[in-house]
Amino acid sequence: MTESTPIISIKGLTKTYDNGHQALKGVDLDIREGEILALLGPNGAGKTTLISTICGLVSPSSGSVTVAGYDIIKDFRKTRELIGLVPQELTLGAFEKVGNTVAFSRGLFGKSPNNKFLEELLNELTLGDKKDSMVQQLSGGMKRRVLIAKALSHEPRILFLDEPTAGVDVELRKDMWNIVERLRQSGVTIILTTHYIEEAEEIADRVGVISGGELLELEEKTALMEKLGKKQLVVELKNSIDAIPAQLSDYGLELSANGTKVTYTFDARKERTGMTALLSDLSQAGLSIKDLNTAQSSLEDIFVDIVKADA
Amino acid sequence: MNIEAVKAIYRAEMRRTRNTLLQSVAAPVISTALYFVVFGSAIGSRIESVDNVAYGAFIVPGLMMLSLLTQSISNASFGIFFPKFTGTIYEVMSAPISFFEILIGYVGAAATKSFILGVLILITATFFVDLRIAHPFWMIGFFLLTCVSFSLFGFIIGLWADNFEKLQLIPSLIITPLVFLGGSFYSVDMLPEFWQKISLLNPVLYLISGFRWSFFEVSDVSVGVSLSMILLFLFACMVIVWAMFKTGYKLKP
Ligand SMILES: Nc1ncnc2c1ncn2[C@@H]1O[C@H](COP(=O)(O)OP(=O)(O)OP(=O)(O)O)[C@@H](O)[C@H]1O
Ligand SMILES: [Mg+2]
Repeated sequence: MTESTPIISIKGLTKTYDNGHQALKGVDLDIREGEILALLGPNGAGKTTLISTICGLVSPSSGSVTVAGYDIIKDFRKTRELIGLVPQELTLGAFEKVGNTVAFSRGLFGKSPNNKFLEELLNELTLGDKKDSMVQQLSGGMKRRVLIAKALSHEPRILFLDEPTAGVDVELRKDMWNIVERLRQSGVTIILTTHYIEEAEEIADRVGVISGGELLELEEKTALMEKLGKKQLVVELKNSIDAIPAQLSDYGLELSANGTKVTYTFDARKERTGMTALLSDLSQAGLSIKDLNTAQSSLEDIFVDIVKADA
Repeated sequence: MNIEAVKAIYRAEMRRTRNTLLQSVAAPVISTALYFVVFGSAIGSRIESVDNVAYGAFIVPGLMMLSLLTQSISNASFGIFFPKFTGTIYEVMSAPISFFEILIGYVGAAATKSFILGVLILITATFFVDLRIAHPFWMIGFFLLTCVSFSLFGFIIGLWADNFEKLQLIPSLIITPLVFLGGSFYSVDMLPEFWQKISLLNPVLYLISGFRWSFFEVSDVSVGVSLSMILLFLFACMVIVWAMFKTGYKLKP
């Protein structure tokens, strides 16, 4: 497979549920092999619908999806054996042992039994001593680990994590990111959905923003932040001032308590940031500059901006 | 063909039976033994024989059918309904597996259970009555066909039902009456002529008649008709299940 061929290619995908609700309104998305893609979006945005469609749980209304070049409907066997899915809900059978249910998943995806592999997988997820426990006796976090083990049991090349950190403690989160990192190194493509922006910021290569069934943005994480982020320019002055000089009132500057720092907030999306003008106006006002600093806003701010703008 | 997946489903289903051994095997065996005590010994001792077969023995095929039908349906319907109910069906639906393979896994397991159950009932029966099987080959044939076709029927009910009430509806409202009125405990010519005619509309009658013939060579209708009826039923179930799968019936939004 060449560099440019996407592992998943989604074209014009729409989904209208039987009750008439249109959950996806024409999504186009190419997912690169080996990347970590985070899908960000508020409740009801269509994230789960999108993932479910790729995995074969929801029939698309129109459009097409290919996985590794195969159509998800015509060649469903080829596409599905490449995919592992950790669902959003904690769905596990009641009267089953952990070891059995994980072995079941492996079989379901057509892989011959491999106890050694499954044992290592359970150990990695700190489920080693829970092999013979009944799943209904596990805590919520443990159940999520079991779901991850099930999704990885057949050694998929693509992993979907639908809100993997909902109701998960710090330790499991850390374990999970370790696994994600190991998987990424072995070339697995990972798609995760989340409401938590720090999460996307922490681990994703690219971030897609979904709202109202549409993919609003898709960018390299850094590019997205650069492109969309509010930036702040902090100017440190040599000498403290009591008030912002009147001729600078248009910039909406903020003065720090001790009068030595002036903060200018600008939108990095705009062609003209006004920085150059500000700096020359500052020296015209007789203020001399000691240091300059720019700070970037977090994905969270970006995200709120995009979704608001769309509403 | 994803053999591993079929094996996985089959094994998981058989495991489920082991976990509920008492309910799925012991209960039907005990209730069958009770039928023998009540109908075979207590009442049967007052009934001389039916078509020259001792009454106790006469009811054995009907009792087996009664259990096979109800248990095949309940096992198979529950087998597919439960994962639908808990949501774990997502895994099967997202696996590289065709509907046909899902069917083999679930229906195969349910039919196996029924078969084991039937054998147990047969063994139980030998403690109460003298049994001879005139046509063992036909007997096994009817036995297997019944297990498979009614497990398939149960699977359809399990797919169709979206609540527990519906799950029970058809078995208790339709199947049980049909089995009781299908000549489990009597020969149809013991009925008034009018009811004999009505009985011929009951598909289960053909099943029990054919099965009984394979034991005692006595039947209400000819064995060929019986065989055709059960094959027709099996075929109808297959068509229904195929149509359901084709449309992703109630499994895929
Ligand atoms: N089976 C269904 N039938 C009808 N509507 C549905 C169905 N499943 C989801 N929806 C609707 O489709 C929309 C998108 O739902 P989806 O679950 O994809 O959102 P999401 O982005 O995953 O949300 P969340 O962050 O809450 O998980 C919602 O408005 C939801 O109510
Ligand atoms: Mg969701």
